[in-house]
Amino acid sequence: MAGWDWAAFQKYLLNPYLLEGAWTTVWLSVAVMAIGLLLGLAAALMRMSQHRVPRDIARFYIWLMRGTPLLVQLIIIYTGLPQLGIRLTVIQSALLGLGLNEGAYLAEIIRAGILSVPRGQFDAARGVGMPYWTMLRVVILPQAARVIIPPLGNNFNGLLKTTSLASVISLEELLRRSQMLIQLEFKVLEIFIVAACYYLAMTSLWGMVQRRLEAHFGRPYGPSAGGPPRAIEGTLLEQDAR
Amino acid sequence: MPTADLAVQALGVHKFYGSQHVLRGIDLEVPRGQVVVVVGPSGSGKSTLLRCLNHLETIHRGSIRVCGDLIGYRETPRGLIELRDAEVARHRRRIGMVFQQFNLFPHLTAQGNITAGPVHVLRESRGTAVAEARRLLALVGLPEKADAYPAQLSGGQQQRVAIARALAMQPEVMLFDEPTSALDPEMISEVLDVMVALSKQGMTMIVVTHEMGFARAVADRVVFVDEGRVVEEAAPAEFFSRPRTERGRAFLDKILH
Repeated sequence: MAGWDWAAFQKYLLNPYLLEGAWTTVWLSVAVMAIGLLLGLAAALMRMSQHRVPRDIARFYIWLMRGTPLLVQLIIIYTGLPQLGIRLTVIQSALLGLGLNEGAYLAEIIRAGILSVPRGQFDAARGVGMPYWTMLRVVILPQAARVIIPPLGNNFNGLLKTTSLASVISLEELLRRSQMLIQLEFKVLEIFIVAACYYLAMTSLWGMVQRRLEAHFGRPYGPSAGGPPRAIEGTLLEQDAR
Repeated sequence: MPTADLAVQALGVHKFYGSQHVLRGIDLEVPRGQVVVVVGPSGSGKSTLLRCLNHLETIHRGSIRVCGDLIGYRETPRGLIELRDAEVARHRRRIGMVFQQFNLFPHLTAQGNITAGPVHVLRESRGTAVAEARRLLALVGLPEKADAYPAQLSGGQQQRVAIARALAMQPEVMLFDEPTSALDPEMISEVLDVMVALSKQGMTMIVVTHEMGFARAVADRVVFVDEGRVVEEAAPAEFFSRPRTERGRAFLDKILH
């Protein structure tokens, strides 16, 4: 039995090969979140459409993505699609699979956020002559953001770790690099613990960013900011009254 | 009266909510510069009428023109067809609306609320819009509240900012949907004072309200709506002292003691 090797642990803590892997995890997560936000916003708006076809398309997309394991989706995209002549690189496959998946989850979060904005806000935005997209951008989404950011932050935290699934299609993110380093140096526990520490550092850093975002979007609402928005307080109180 | 002199012309407007027939053939003509007060029991359709005037609600029959232009629809040989979103939005610029619940944008300051339309819809420069917002805030008596968020303002102050926000679009007509109904009694007059001043400047106004004092003092005409129809139309002095219809009398008996 080799026991715990402190010196090795310290050495790997600043290993450039692993750090590069961690950096890949970060940018992959950010890119996937960006793709997911775009897809999620589109799917959320389609689900709230007055027309049936976009509503059904969005519902099907969300149902499909949330009803199948991400791991299976990644494998189908990377190793299954070439059978149909669609060849994607590792990175393209990861971005597509993770992005599609993230978008489906974000769609429901964004939809809930938009639904939390009172009807009067839509009327008022229309009242000053705003077309649909201007209304969304200037009036609705900034208010929805306040409700969206806590669960969105939660999703991003999850995403930082979920990207490790891309290791199975050989994307060299943090987990894959750790495994590859272990095959060379056999320090299984030390290297995996270093990887775990990196993940912890990334999620902790994100937690700080998220608190700032929440404070920023809560600021106009005064000292009670950070608490639930009034619309939600209202519904809670109504439930209490029953 | 020629159509062009009419700020608002509604002809035979019908509106359904599902099977409920809310507006049953409303005719309403408002010449430029006039103040019309719309009264009627709750559920009579007066708020719906106002919302139809700037196409926040669709109509099922009839037509609505503001300054001669059809609102929300275009004429075709086969009848009226609803316009696309961007075109409806363009029509709405000429019509200011003030809501019972103020509906200020809570994430923007008073100034931000007022400049939102001019900057994002009219594409005015921020500098121009801010200068105009300052002027309007002074006009509604809140020159020191430019940087206050709605949550930091009283109801009366919020409603005055909402009026300034509507005015910033330089509308030809202002619609007021029960603008003082959600206010504490001591704040009602500060809002009414602004509205009186506005009418004196020649603004065309259609006001749904229960403030009979305001109607008497400012209105050129009172329109009494009941069950989706215009039942009676008269000068305020006439309507309040000698209503011509039985339903008008019954309504006045209930609200005036």
